[in-house]
Amino acid sequence: MSEKGIANKLLLLPSSLVIGAFVIVPCALVLLASLASISDSEGWVFALDLSNFARFFSWFYIERALFSIGLCMMVVVISLLLAYPFAYFLSGFSAKVKNIWLIYILAQLTLSEVLIAFSWQILLSRKSGLSNILVSLGLFDKPFAMTPSATGVLLGLVYLVIPFMILLLYPAFSRMDKSLVEAARTLGASPLRSFFTVVVPTTKSAIISSSVTVFVLTLGAVIVPQVLGAPKHWTLSVLIMDQAVFNSNVPFASALAVVLLLLSGGVIGTIFFLGKGKTA
Amino acid sequence: MTGLVISGITKKFGNFTAVNNIDLHFNKGEMICFLGPSGCGKTTLLRMIAGLEEPTNGSISFDDSDLTRVPVHERSIGMVFQSFALFPHLSVGENISYALKIRGYSRSDCEDRARVLLDKVHLPGIEDRRISQLSGGQRQRVAIARALALDPKIFLLDEPMSALDANLREAMQIELRQLQQELGITTVVVTHDQTEAMTMADQIVVMGNARVLQTGAPTDIYKNPANKEVASFLGTSNLLPAKVTSDTTVETAGHSFGVASIGGFSKGDEVLLMSRPEDVTVSVDEQETADNWVSGTVTFIRDIGAIIEILVDCGGHEVISVITPKDCPDVSVGKTVSVQIPKSACHVLAN
Repeated sequence: MSEKGIANKLLLLPSSLVIGAFVIVPCALVLLASLASISDSEGWVFALDLSNFARFFSWFYIERALFSIGLCMMVVVISLLLAYPFAYFLSGFSAKVKNIWLIYILAQLTLSEVLIAFSWQILLSRKSGLSNILVSLGLFDKPFAMTPSATGVLLGLVYLVIPFMILLLYPAFSRMDKSLVEAARTLGASPLRSFFTVVVPTTKSAIISSSVTVFVLTLGAVIVPQVLGAPKHWTLSVLIMDQAVFNSNVPFASALAVVLLLLSGGVIGTIFFLGKGKTA
Repeated sequence: MTGLVISGITKKFGNFTAVNNIDLHFNKGEMICFLGPSGCGKTTLLRMIAGLEEPTNGSISFDDSDLTRVPVHERSIGMVFQSFALFPHLSVGENISYALKIRGYSRSDCEDRARVLLDKVHLPGIEDRRISQLSGGQRQRVAIARALALDPKIFLLDEPMSALDANLREAMQIELRQLQQELGITTVVVTHDQTEAMTMADQIVVMGNARVLQTGAPTDIYKNPANKEVASFLGTSNLLPAKVTSDTTVETAGHSFGVASIGGFSKGDEVLLMSRPEDVTVSVDEQETADNWVSGTVTFIRDIGAIIEILVDCGGHEVISVITPKDCPDVSVGKTVSVQIPKSACHVLAN
């Protein structure tokens, strides 16, 4: 190997060590823990014990898993439908206006999930929430609580991820040749037509990677589902936390985490596989 | 009026006037070049013909039908953009037949049309290639084919050669002109390259500072530029400050020159004496008795192979003479020479 080759390989060392130490090792530990079981006398007992996984295969947990994935996919679709047109128009603004918007959206990211969860709890409450506005508009007779509910969780999660979705989609629009749309117009496409036949296909890979990123982000949210939803609306991540922290059953929590990892890996893999094809 | 009529067109972006009250008329089937430096308004004018910009004032019509308020996608135009703007997610054939596809033509119609057009631009058989696999020259031809898919009435090109290599440019200029003549389509090309304009155009519109400086056939404008901006932009020109001395003569660098036409100037006016390098003769003999001559010192000789440029300093002003190698006099830098400009080649322009 040439000198330069060795130097290049050495440069990979720091990041490899970090990824190794802080990603691979914890994952391996979780996997190990999932194979353990809890005994009353000795605490953890390490063995190749698949009883934790067997426990997963009860309808309760399977239903939670399906609910989590379904909910997160809905969050992805809704935030995509809202963020995509917005990012498109944003890329067309003048530099000054664009920067103001980008700073505003970036500022949203400073809001912690806890803050968002509790703010929405107030917004959706009976006494001081949105329903009071609806009553004053004459649409309802009495104010009502919109939380805890699946809708509440959905709203909270969408609100949480929209800034991410916008910022993930934005570079693709920014990079896109603006004259592509003009070319489509000169060829006879109406503004709407040129949007769907040119803009959307050109940004296809960005749509896919942004959706996957947001999906993973949403799946890992623990505060919003717990605060805005009743236990039946809790996602798998909440259950993992619940098991690990409140039930002190780390092995079972680890098993649930492994299942979650496999499921999300499956979903991501499927999305990428389906999205493959003639991309730009 | 038939043909393309541009009437009182103005375009303002806030306080900035990009196009200032322009009137133009072109016959159908002509190839027109908008020529000028960056920022002169030529691209804005082209975009208004396309419908991509709305004029602040004025109207545009083609064949007696007013286009001014017609949206882009309803005009019968084909446009080639500077970046070509080929759709990256579609193949070459799909790009070309895009206009047909969105109008609901059948797949076989689309494929047939793509094939015909690719033959026309001399790129047969590449329907299934991806855009990323094409060279710059190929992309340009595909962009041209795509624009012509539905036989548009007006063909617009925005600096079509700027993304090509220099050697490819000249070949493409000729090819584009031949294609245009074959199809007989009214074409407008925007360019800052005067060789391009002179190669391709039936009519050149020289623009500067949001206005039209001069319109005419290439050789007419070249031989009779209206002012010093046009003279400098189209070809090399020698501009010597001079003073009008009579109805037929001016004086410059201490010598009297007879001119082709004094124009609207009167005795005593400060003007510019303009001549083209190919009309200027440099000789080592003294020319005391000849008319229209001035003496100077050779400052530089540029031998570019096919031609030789001789730069002479005449009384503080540079005069360039262009000559073929076989007719070149025996001159060297620093030598005193006589520079002769015949009366027919002397033009008077405003200073």
